[in-house]
Amino acid sequence: MSMVTEILISTLLVISGVFGLIGSFGLLKLRDAMQRLHAPTKATTIGVGAALIASALNTWLIAGQVTWHEVMVSVFLFITAPLSALYLAKSHIATTVDRSKIPPTATKAPWAELRRVPKG
Amino acid sequence: MQKLFPHPYLSATLLLTWVLLMNSIGPGAVLMGGFLGVVIPLLTAPYWPEHAAMKHPLRLVAYIGLVLGDVVVSSIQVAAIILFKPVDQIQSAWICVPIDLPSPEAQALLAGTITMTPGTLTADFAADGKSLLIHSLHAPDPDAVCAEIKSRYEARLKRIFT
Amino acid sequence: MLDYALSFAISCFALALLLTLWRLATAPTIPDRILAVDTMVVNVIALIVLYSLMRGHALNFEAAMLFSMTGFVSTVAFCKYLLRRSIIE
Repeated sequence: MSMVTEILISTLLVISGVFGLIGSFGLLKLRDAMQRLHAPTKATTIGVGAALIASALNTWLIAGQVTWHEVMVSVFLFITAPLSALYLAKSHIATTVDRSKIPPTATKAPWAELRRVPKG
Repeated sequence: MQKLFPHPYLSATLLLTWVLLMNSIGPGAVLMGGFLGVVIPLLTAPYWPEHAAMKHPLRLVAYIGLVLGDVVVSSIQVAAIILFKPVDQIQSAWICVPIDLPSPEAQALLAGTITMTPGTLTADFAADGKSLLIHSLHAPDPDAVCAEIKSRYEARLKRIFT
Repeated sequence: MLDYALSFAISCFALALLLTLWRLATAPTIPDRILAVDTMVVNVIALIVLYSLMRGHALNFEAAMLFSMTGFVSTVAFCKYLLRRSIIE
C-alpha cells in the first residue's frame, strides 16, 4: 500500500470519527428541541459518509476490487435523512413547539400540520 | 411503449439499483433487474397517475454535484456552531419560504435539499404546496437565508423542471 | 497509521453511541427519544462499516443495509403514530 493511499484513508477515518462524535454531542448540548434536530441530520450523515468512502477506497485501492455496496448504503442514507428529519419536525410541531412563533404561510392556505386539532 | 413503461426513469433506476446491489453485470442480474424494472412500475402505476415532467434531466447531475459540495460545507458550519458557540448565543428562527415550483417532485427535491444544506431544515409545508416552513439553526438575518434558498436552489430546480 | 486512525474512529463512534444511549434514557419528550434512536442507528451503521474495515474483509453489506432500512422505517412509523395515532391509513 502506498503512503498516499494510507494518508487519504486515515484522514477520511479521522474526519468520520470526529463528525460522528460531534453529531451525538450536539444532541446533548443544544437546548431547544428543534435545534437538536440539526445535529444528527448533518454531522452524523457526513460522518457515516466519510467512513463509507474510506471503506470503498480501501477495497478498491488495496484489495483491487471495485464495489458499489458502499455507494448504495450512502445513497440510501442520503435519501432517507431528510424524510426522517421532516417527520421528526412534524411530530415536534404537533406536540411540543410553541405555535405562536411559527410565521404564517405566503398564501392563505394553512400549514399542513397545523390544520389538524392538537392532540394531548 | 407508454403502456409497458409508465415511468421510464423509475424503470431505469430500478435496473441500476438491482445491478449495483448484485455488484455484477452478468446476464442474470441484468435480466432480473429488467424484470423488476418492468413489473414494479406497472404494479404501482395506479398510485402514481401523473408523469414526472423533467425537461432537462442532464442539469440534474450538475445540481446533485452542487448539493453534495454544499452538504460538506454545511456539515462543517453546523459542527462549528455545535462545538464553539455558547448555547444562549445560538439564534434559531422559523422562516417561511414562498415557493413556485410546478410539480410535487420538484417541491420534494427542494425540501430535501434544504434539509441537507447549510443550517436549515424543512419542518412543514403549506396545504397548497406554495410555501415551505423552514427552521434555521443559526440565522441572525432570516431574509438573507430565504433569498439564498430562492436564488441558489429554487432557480436551478425551475430550470430543470420547466 | 491506518490502524491508529481506525482505532480513533471506532472509539469516536463508540463514545457517540454511549452519548445517544444517555440521551435516550434522559430525553424530555417522545420525539427526542425517536431522534436519539435514529442517531443510534446511524452510529451503528458506521460501526459495522469500520468493523468490516478492521477485519479486512468486504463490507457486511446486508447488515448495514438492513440496519439503515429498519431504522428509517421505524423512525417514520413512530412519528406517524405520534401524529395520527395510527401507522397505516
